[in-house]
Amino acid sequence: MFRLSSLRLAKVLVLAEVAGGKVAPATLSAITAAAQVGPVTALVAGKDAQVVADALAKTKGVEEVLTTAGDHYDHGLPEEYAPLVASAVTTNGYTHVFAGTSAFGKNIIPRAAAKLDALAISEVTAIKDENTFVRQLYAGNAIATVKSADKVKFCTVRGTTFERAAPEGGSGKISEFPAVAASGKAKFVEDKISASDKPDLTTAATVVTGGRGIKNKENFKILEDLASSLHAAVGATRAIVDAGYAPNEMQVGQTGKTVAPNFYLACGVSGAIQHVAGMKDSKVIAVVNTDEDAPFFQIADYGIVEDLFKVVPALTEKINASK
Amino acid sequence: MLRSTLLNRLKVVVGVKRVVDYTVKVRVKDNKIQTANSKMSVNPFDEIAIEEAIQLKEKKIATEVIAVTVGNKKAEEVLRTAMALGCDKAIHVLVPDAQAEHVDPLAVAQIFKKLHEELKPDLWILGKQAVDGDYGNAPQILAGLLDVPQGTFASKVEVDGKKVKVTREVDAGHQVVELETPCVIAADLRLNTPRFPKLPNIMKARKKPIDTRDVASLGVDIKPRLTVETVTEPPERKAGVKVKTIDEFYDKLHNEAKVL
Repeated sequence: MFRLSSLRLAKVLVLAEVAGGKVAPATLSAITAAAQVGPVTALVAGKDAQVVADALAKTKGVEEVLTTAGDHYDHGLPEEYAPLVASAVTTNGYTHVFAGTSAFGKNIIPRAAAKLDALAISEVTAIKDENTFVRQLYAGNAIATVKSADKVKFCTVRGTTFERAAPEGGSGKISEFPAVAASGKAKFVEDKISASDKPDLTTAATVVTGGRGIKNKENFKILEDLASSLHAAVGATRAIVDAGYAPNEMQVGQTGKTVAPNFYLACGVSGAIQHVAGMKDSKVIAVVNTDEDAPFFQIADYGIVEDLFKVVPALTEKINASK
Repeated sequence: MLRSTLLNRLKVVVGVKRVVDYTVKVRVKDNKIQTANSKMSVNPFDEIAIEEAIQLKEKKIATEVIAVTVGNKKAEEVLRTAMALGCDKAIHVLVPDAQAEHVDPLAVAQIFKKLHEELKPDLWILGKQAVDGDYGNAPQILAGLLDVPQGTFASKVEVDGKKVKVTREVDAGHQVVELETPCVIAADLRLNTPRFPKLPNIMKARKKPIDTRDVASLGVDIKPRLTVETVTEPPERKAGVKVKTIDEFYDKLHNEAKVL
C-alpha cells in the first residue's frame, strides 16, 4: 500500500472491543486501518476473551491474538485497560496502538497513550504512512494531515472510512497475555442499555433521521414505520434528543455518532454544521423540509420542500406497496 | 457547623478553553484555518463543566471552584465569563501568541497536572471535547497522568463523601461507574443546561483577580507532538435537485438513486 519510511518495522496492536459477546464492528474497521501499517495483533481481555479470540484469529488481517483473563476487564474500565495496553506495548514493542472510535476506544486510548508519554490521534480517517495520519477538525470543516513525533502512535480510527475486516481469511495464532493486577480505582455499577430491534445506527445501510420538525415524541413513530419498511436505523438531531423525543445514543453529529450510510434521509432537520459533521459522507442524501432555505438543501442530492407529515407516510406506503 | 460542610468540602477545578464560536463555519485558506476575525466563545462543553461545578457549590458539596485556562492574552475573556457564572478564582496559564494555536491536549494535561500538584483539588471537571480540535482527549490524558479514575461523557454526577457516581453516555445507552476522589469528570451535552451570566455578575467578575502564570514557569514543554502538514477544506458536495411532488421524490429515490 505504501513504503515504510523507516527501517524500523511497524507492529500494530489493536485493542478489541467486545459487544454482546462478539467483536464490535468498530474493532473490525480498526483492524483494516492497522493492516495498512504493519502486522496486526489483536488484544482481547475479560470474560468473553476466549470466545472472541477465535473469531478474531479468523478475521482477515489478524496475525496474532493476545487474550487476557480477568474480571476487572469485563466492563471496559479505562483504569484497568490503560495499564494492560501499556504493559503489552512495553513487553512486545508495538509501534502503533489502534482502536475503533467508540465510547470504549475514546475512553481508553488517550489514557493509555498518556501512560507512555504519547499524544493520541483521534478519529483518523486515512493513513498516509506509519507516522502520518488524516483527521477532521472544526466539525469536519477542515481536514488536517498530521505527522506524529511520538515513539508509539496511538490512534482511534473512524469506522465509517475504513471497511470492516472480513470475518474469514485470517489464521492468527492465539496466545495468552498476562493480566495486570486490578487497580480498583473505579467500580462498575451498572449498564443501562437501550433495547432496539433496529439495525445499529453506525453500521446501517440506510438511516432515517428526525429533527425539530417532528414536533413531538409520538410523531417519531412515522419515522420508525418508514425505517422498518426500509430496514433502516433511526437517527436524531441534538434538538430532539434534548427535548426527550429520542434517546441520546440516537444522536448523529459532531458530538454524537458519525454515520456514512448508503442512503441518509433527513426529515425536518435544518442541517446545522454540528449535525452535518456526523453524516456528510453518506453516499446519497435526501432532505424533506418545509423551509426551502434550510442549509441542508445545499448538500442534499434530492430535496423536497414539503411537510414531512405528508412525505414520510406516503413513502412508507409506496415502499410497502412495491414489495 | 452544618453536617454537609463537614462531609463535603470539595475543591473543584474546571478547565475552560476559548474557541471559535460553535455556530461559525470556519474557512481554510493558505493551508491554515482562518480564525482571525471569527467570533470566539467559551467551548460549549466547558460551559457545561462550569455549570456543574457551580451547582455543586450551590448544593454545598463544593466549597471552592477554580477556573483554569491555557492560552494567549485574549483567553482571559473565558475566565471572566467563568467567574461571572460563579467560579471563585481563576488561573491563566499564559502562552505566547505564536504558540497559542497549537497547544495540544497532552501539553494542556501536563500543565493541569502541575496545577493539580499545587491546588490538590478533589474534582476536575472538563468538557468532553473542544469543538475546534475535536480531539476529546484532555480529560483522559489528565486522569492517566495523575493516575486517578475518570468519568468521561458524563450525563449525571452524584457526589457522596469521597465517592462520585457518574452516569456515562456510551454507544448503546448509559453506564454507571463509581469513582473515588480525586478524579476527572468529562462533561457531555446532557449533564445540565448552562445558565447565562447576569450583568451585575459580569461587572463583579471584572474586579476579581486572575492569577496569571507564564507557561515557561511551570516547566512544561508545549512543543506540539503533531506537525500539521496540510489543512484543506473538505470536498464540497454539490446541491442536487429539488423536486416538486412526493411522487417525483419517490421516483428519483427509487429509480435514479435506487435507494428505496
